[in-house]
Amino acid sequence: MRLANIFQLGIKELRGLGRDPMLMVLIVYSFTVSIYTASTAMPETLNRAAIAIVDEDQSPVSSRIITAFYPPYFTVPKLISSHEMDRRMDAGQDTFALDIPPNFQRDLLAGRSPSIQLNVDATRMSQAFTGGSYIQSIVSGEVSEFLERERRATTVPVDLALRARFNPQLDKGWFGSVTNVISSITMLSIILTGAALIREREHGTIEHLLVMPVTPTEIMLSKIWSMGLVVLVATAVSLIVIVQGALKVPLNGSVALFLVGTALQLFATTSMGILLATVAGTMPQFGLLLVLILLPLQVLSGGTTPRESMPQIIQDIMLLAPNTHFVILAQSILFRGAGISVVWPQFLALIGIGGALFILALRRFRQFLR
Amino acid sequence: MTPPAPPGKEDAAAGTEEAGKKTADAVVRLEKVGLSYGATRAVREVTLTVPTGRMIGLIGPDGVGKSSLLSLVSGAHAVQQGRVEVLGGDMTDSGHRRRTCPRIAYMPQGLGKNLYPTLSVYENVDFFGRLFGQDKAERERRIGELLRGTGLDPFPDRPAGKLSGGMKQKLGLCCALIHDPDLLILDEPTTGVDPLSRRQFWQLIADIRRDRPGMSVIVATAYMEEAQGFDWLVAMDDGAILATGTPDELLQRTGTNNLDAAFVALLPEEKRRDYKKVDIPARQPGRDSDIAIEAEHLTMRFGSFTAVDDVSFRIPRGEIFGFLGSNGCGKTTTMKMLTGLLPASEGTARLFGHEVDPKDIEVRRRVGYMSQAFSLYSELTVRQNLDLHARLFRLDPEKIPARIEEMATHFGLTDIMETLPDALPLGVRQRLSLAVAMIHAPDILILDEPTSGVDPVARDAFWQILSDLSRKDNVTIFVSTHFMNEAELCDRISLMHAGKVLVSDTPAAIVEKRGAKTLEDAFIAYLEDAIGAKTAAATGPVPAPALPAPAGHVAARDRSFDLRRLLAYSRREALELARDPIRATLAILGSVILMFVIGYGINMDVQNLSFAVLDRDDTTISRDYIQQIAGSRYFTEKAPITDYADLDRRMGSGEITLAIEIPPGFGRDVERGHTTVQIGAWIDGSMPNRAETVRGYVQGMHQTWLTQKARELYGNAATIGDFQIAIRYRYNPGVESLIAIAPAVMPLLLMMIPAMLAVLSVVREKELGSIINFYVTPVTRFEFLLGKQLPYVVLAFLNFIMLTAFAVFAFKVPFTGSLPTLSLAALLYVFSATALGLLISSFMNSQIAAIFGTALITLIPAVQYSGMIDPVSSLQGAGAFIGHIYPTTYFITIARGTFSKGLGFAELRDSFLPLLLAGPIFLGLGAALLRKQAS
Repeated sequence: MRLANIFQLGIKELRGLGRDPMLMVLIVYSFTVSIYTASTAMPETLNRAAIAIVDEDQSPVSSRIITAFYPPYFTVPKLISSHEMDRRMDAGQDTFALDIPPNFQRDLLAGRSPSIQLNVDATRMSQAFTGGSYIQSIVSGEVSEFLERERRATTVPVDLALRARFNPQLDKGWFGSVTNVISSITMLSIILTGAALIREREHGTIEHLLVMPVTPTEIMLSKIWSMGLVVLVATAVSLIVIVQGALKVPLNGSVALFLVGTALQLFATTSMGILLATVAGTMPQFGLLLVLILLPLQVLSGGTTPRESMPQIIQDIMLLAPNTHFVILAQSILFRGAGISVVWPQFLALIGIGGALFILALRRFRQFLR
Repeated sequence: MTPPAPPGKEDAAAGTEEAGKKTADAVVRLEKVGLSYGATRAVREVTLTVPTGRMIGLIGPDGVGKSSLLSLVSGAHAVQQGRVEVLGGDMTDSGHRRRTCPRIAYMPQGLGKNLYPTLSVYENVDFFGRLFGQDKAERERRIGELLRGTGLDPFPDRPAGKLSGGMKQKLGLCCALIHDPDLLILDEPTTGVDPLSRRQFWQLIADIRRDRPGMSVIVATAYMEEAQGFDWLVAMDDGAILATGTPDELLQRTGTNNLDAAFVALLPEEKRRDYKKVDIPARQPGRDSDIAIEAEHLTMRFGSFTAVDDVSFRIPRGEIFGFLGSNGCGKTTTMKMLTGLLPASEGTARLFGHEVDPKDIEVRRRVGYMSQAFSLYSELTVRQNLDLHARLFRLDPEKIPARIEEMATHFGLTDIMETLPDALPLGVRQRLSLAVAMIHAPDILILDEPTSGVDPVARDAFWQILSDLSRKDNVTIFVSTHFMNEAELCDRISLMHAGKVLVSDTPAAIVEKRGAKTLEDAFIAYLEDAIGAKTAAATGPVPAPALPAPAGHVAARDRSFDLRRLLAYSRREALELARDPIRATLAILGSVILMFVIGYGINMDVQNLSFAVLDRDDTTISRDYIQQIAGSRYFTEKAPITDYADLDRRMGSGEITLAIEIPPGFGRDVERGHTTVQIGAWIDGSMPNRAETVRGYVQGMHQTWLTQKARELYGNAATIGDFQIAIRYRYNPGVESLIAIAPAVMPLLLMMIPAMLAVLSVVREKELGSIINFYVTPVTRFEFLLGKQLPYVVLAFLNFIMLTAFAVFAFKVPFTGSLPTLSLAALLYVFSATALGLLISSFMNSQIAAIFGTALITLIPAVQYSGMIDPVSSLQGAGAFIGHIYPTTYFITIARGTFSKGLGFAELRDSFLPLLLAGPIFLGLGAALLRKQAS
């Protein structure tokens, strides 16, 4: 294996990429506009949640409750009648419907422990849970404030001071932007190496290389470093210009350390791209395999929903995917400001997964060239 | 070769009356026609009138504009400059093109370029018949006749990709002739075909012309011997016409006795100047003991197919050894075994006495290899190409510039060192390839058809270089070719057919042995021996392949929409899908697995979160508070926090998601109830989604604890003001994620997979060349796109059925609403998903960009903007806009409505309109962006 060969062949790959303007446009788009749009589209966790209220009590306390819901967390509540409620929820117009029963205030003051009904559209997963508990605490707050004025409170004087660290406003766009960078990294690196390899074979240029004193390992490494470099540069630019610049996301940690982690991730994903290309053989099959691999990587790596809540078996399986470790690593470094002393297990995992993928890909690649 | 054709009957082919009279004797009229590809000028101001009913030859080497001119005449390429009149009408007029398309047949350059390799012989011809709107009976009759006529009838079921070169070309001819064209355009139909098949091919054309004398045939060819038999010739060079006339006229005019020489004589002075006849001195005798290349019983099997069968030869150092045979006869495979590219199944290959070992990189440094196609990097300049290869062959970096200069001078590349190869004529590119193969001064040169498509002058110059290398530098040259006049220049040749070497000797000895006139005749004689009886059928008298079409028939086909043409593409696409069962299986099984994995994996109900406590109070009450949290199923308690530094460290490493700090004196203060105490809680906010849920849980538990405590402390007085909030999770009472997520994952999968299936269908034809069939047949853009789409819609709908069945029966997701409503929506939805794929496909030019574009355009909007996780109503900015127009949004609403909410069409009506519109809009945009001609 000679470094000079790897270097020379990599340069050739880079020049080749420069000749596909449409692809260049897509690369730039996926690391800039796409990330900006996706991050700004993300609501604060609970943003403009649609709520309707059936006020059958028409009392001071019920109007207190109604006025407690306002944007940006909630939409201004629609006041509806009880028979409208089902229809509106069926049509998906409301996520929440709060039903304040008749004589609520009277029963409350009489200590009869009345109950308010909160209907939640449970198909809207993300809002159902967070919104539900928000509404509970808002209603409780309003009721106790009302009671305090009505009579001496008999509550326990304990406050809960809740603070979120690393992202005090819980702005979803912060993490969302990084998640999107990660999915662009994965998508692009797999496609650039995999599809390019299939195209080279369809056009017969790969055969030409084989009569020269270069080994399959050199060919593969040259693709990995060159395409990896393209994605790495795109990532750095995207982080600095789009994430930190345009989106103004404060990155607590070291961008340099993150880029080292990205390089390891790219080692794994570019190897995966080559592996997929050797498995697929033709471009249409590669396209499908890509979907089948990208979707779980995107949805189950912990970037979209928390890993802790996935079933144990999925958590375990996903430990084999480089993205899972990369998402953890990105969170730790970029938001919690973690250093290598904290993220070394992820670095090790990426090296291990990347190495395994590389060896597997190299074996298949040798057969592929036959 | 071709028997002299009967003089063309005037007007017989001109077809439609009015126009026919105007151009009574011309089938094609060109006036100052020009064509450029970027900066490259392919055709310059060509003015030409082509007589009708004749066999016209367009002669000249590759890259002089022959193919460009033919693609203009056939209507495959848009006219850029000048006037192109074909069959009496202007080819810039799309109406005329539509009317004349059914009267022109075009067979593009390249073996089987317009064929579909996975389709069988019969299906290929059948596809063209359908494109021209023929009914079943007519197609069967015509296909039967054509296959019999071309000798392809014994294997109608063989995939086109597995035919030999000659058979592919015959099949291409069948496809071209299915609709009785008045003008047949053949672009280098016999390049790469063995001499026997070539002879049969021309016989076939002659027979067809005998039966349809009115048909005009325009043939581009680089074989001058073939052109000898044509009626009328057009000699071209460098995008311009050198001369026109009958072959005899051209010979007379130049005073030569063969067309090769005549062509050279017609060339402008500066090109002719360098020309000299190749002169290869005889080899010095007595050096044959030094063997450079030796093959013993080389055999190569691919599965049950034997590509190379027991091939043996010995080549002494410095010899020029020729390998002669048609495409696919095993020449290239043999060469690969010699270079160690392929390990032989049996037998040994030796270079300079050492057995070839594929792992031995050193051997490659003694060998220079030039592959069949131009396979240098078109993105590197001439100098960069030479430099790259010099470095790969580990030349001393200091000596590289000098070596590059030396090669440049030797191969005449000095003036073009900074040019990109694409801008160079083929002959020069071949010289560059040779220079690259020679850069490391190898002892052996292996050249795989180095001169195919190179003009005679450049070819002779090329052979002169080979001669010098062999005789002066003692380089052993192993060269394959299918040009007989080149074979004659070799010291010795081997004739190869179907993996076997038929004979090996000097050219003169071979001719003598067979008692033949020429080497070609000798070769054909050997081939006939090898093939045996089979030949008789193919060369036998050919029945009339087709009947002349009634004039009315042509007019009837001229429709702007024809279901049959549309279905022809559907059928073709469906057959291709059927031949690649892995794709369909991947699509259907893969999506079911994905639905399960994702539905099972996505869970909004956050559990098992780790938390730790900094308890500065450590009383019963503080422990009671902690127990409240630790006891819930949401949290798992970790070792207590010792101090703030510990808190920072553990939170920073992600070990704990929640930290609670209970201040000193907490228990005491609670009991006294005077001063308000504050509990501190920190949540890891790096994942806002999770943090938000945690916040909700903690607040809820805090409230519950307070109420409990109040009751303990103050007794019943506390019940005043007590109330409950009864939460009803509607549509999914158990709040199980699979039930909520499965109906949302299904739209995601039914967007991505059908789009990915459809996206390559057009761009792949563009990249592989069969798009030409769309350019030159009467099929419209709409028929083409919709036809291609239908099979994918069917497959995607099957996919939908599988997903629904799995969701309901395997994953037990309750289905409460109207199944017909969901099915109708799914049909509209997969229609729009496949249309989106075709839209991307219609304007992308490379498969890589198309795949990447599809992944970008489907994955992100479907996962993030369509309400799968965050409701669309809560999105903002451009994302919200995309969410509102993207079809997935509406299908998610319908899927959730019918699955979980028990709804039917009436309630979901509003979501149908966008779905109904999306498909036609995508398809319309696709049709608008798709070009009906190359440009």
